[in-house]
Amino acid sequence: MMNAAAIVVGCSTGGLDALKLLLGGLDRRLPQPLLVCCHTGSETIELLCELLGRVSALPVIAAAERHAVRGGHVQLAPTGYHLLVEPDRRFALTTDPRVNHSRPSIDVLFASAATVWREALIGVVLTGASADGAEGLRLVRRAGGCAIVQSPADAQIPVMPQAALDRAGADYCVPLNDIPPLLNRLCLP
Amino acid sequence: MEPLGDELAREGIELELFIQAMHRRHGYDFSQYAPASLRRRVRQLAERFGCDSISALTGRALHEPKLLPQLLEGLSVPVSDMFRDPAVFRALREKVLPLLASYPQINIWQAGCAHGEEVYSLAILLEEEGLYERSRIFATDLSANALRQAEEGIYPLREAKQWSRNYQAAGGTRSLVDYYNARYDLLKLDDQLRRNITFAQHNLASDRVFCEAHLVLCRNVLIYFSNPLQDHCLALFRDSLVRGGFLCLGMCESIDFADSAGDFAAADASLRIYRLAANGAAMAAP
Ligand SMILES: C[S@@+](CC[C@H](N)C(=O)[O-])C[C@H]1O[C@@H](n2cnc3c(N)ncnc32)[C@H](O)[C@@H]1O
Repeated sequence: MMNAAAIVVGCSTGGLDALKLLLGGLDRRLPQPLLVCCHTGSETIELLCELLGRVSALPVIAAAERHAVRGGHVQLAPTGYHLLVEPDRRFALTTDPRVNHSRPSIDVLFASAATVWREALIGVVLTGASADGAEGLRLVRRAGGCAIVQSPADAQIPVMPQAALDRAGADYCVPLNDIPPLLNRLCLP
Repeated sequence: MEPLGDELAREGIELELFIQAMHRRHGYDFSQYAPASLRRRVRQLAERFGCDSISALTGRALHEPKLLPQLLEGLSVPVSDMFRDPAVFRALREKVLPLLASYPQINIWQAGCAHGEEVYSLAILLEEEGLYERSRIFATDLSANALRQAEEGIYPLREAKQWSRNYQAAGGTRSLVDYYNARYDLLKLDDQLRRNITFAQHNLASDRVFCEAHLVLCRNVLIYFSNPLQDHCLALFRDSLVRGGFLCLGMCESIDFADSAGDFAAADASLRIYRLAANGAAMAAP
């Protein structure tokens, strides 16, 4: 158990299936906000919200510019924008250049979240085909936060979790099935 | 290693001092920008200039005035696309331009034009709708370097495929190829498109109203501003627009927390197209 204030999750290729499993296994009493950056390649985020909303234990919405981060909600980075968290815990979006060929970039979200929540942040890196998220997860750990990485052998595409392990290491490196109970344990009082 | 808390606190001070230096030395006020992304960009700028801290960058900003254009370019984000969010350009073509057509002279202000991708997209729309002869577009930006590039209208050819798709999706009646020449790995837009565009430097944070506009296009610029500066800009747009004039913001922008938002009525909320309400009364959608 830790004093977790927020969870950030990053994934790309294979991420939809992984997120379904992850969000489906969460305890619906989780009070923390869960912010997700998934490189979807789809034009809009609404479809993804709907797909995930059907299986998720928590409501799934798109992160809205300038609005406060909401506890007990899954909030997705909109397609085509970087998602950041401001010091006053509101969302900001930018159209800055792609980072690791991606916008939204996991590194950008994790870096700003680590600045805000520091040791009270949990970072999760799942399946994916790029190294995005590795540097972000390093910053999460550097700020004293907790890093969870899906074991590469278990991931649909191992590149992303492997890159995260290589660059940041992890407090927990476990198969996807074990991540929801782990989060529930870390996040519920 | 310095504890991260201390490091962030120190960097916060450095950032404040840098912002002060830019303001007092060069007259550019970034204090009202959204902090998370500003911090990121200043960090990147320090790196690009080979400075190992923001303080070192501040030193250079103070001592080397000729760096100003590069600093401004680094702090602003001149990233854009032609016909980005095609649905917006389709709505401008099909819903907004027909209403603007009733004016003998159409003035459009594009604020934050970056490298000009959107201003040329507008010119093409106006051309195809037969309105360009009586239109004038003011394209403004903070960055002189960005404006210079915008005026050239030269872009990497690798963008052409996506931009052509966007153009078609936005209801283009011809082919985007008709508007440019490709040479090597560059594309150059037709000089004719520039004939009614005026490029000018204008700082949304400090400069004033300069025209009477029928349409203001300001997409993905206010997202970089904190709430008070966003509100200030919306007031600036209100004061620039004719009654019933249109304002088009970026697709993910929220004006939910701005007082001046009350002066506008949504014409298409999901596309972020608004209309200046006559005497504050909400107007019907077009
Ligand atoms: C991300 S670009 C938007 C380009 C284009 N409108 C689009 O959406 O594709 C943001 C632009 O706003 C400009 N900008 C930033 N601060 C500004 C200010 N205070 N006044 C005027 N322009 C500003 C930047 O120089 C940059 O070119």
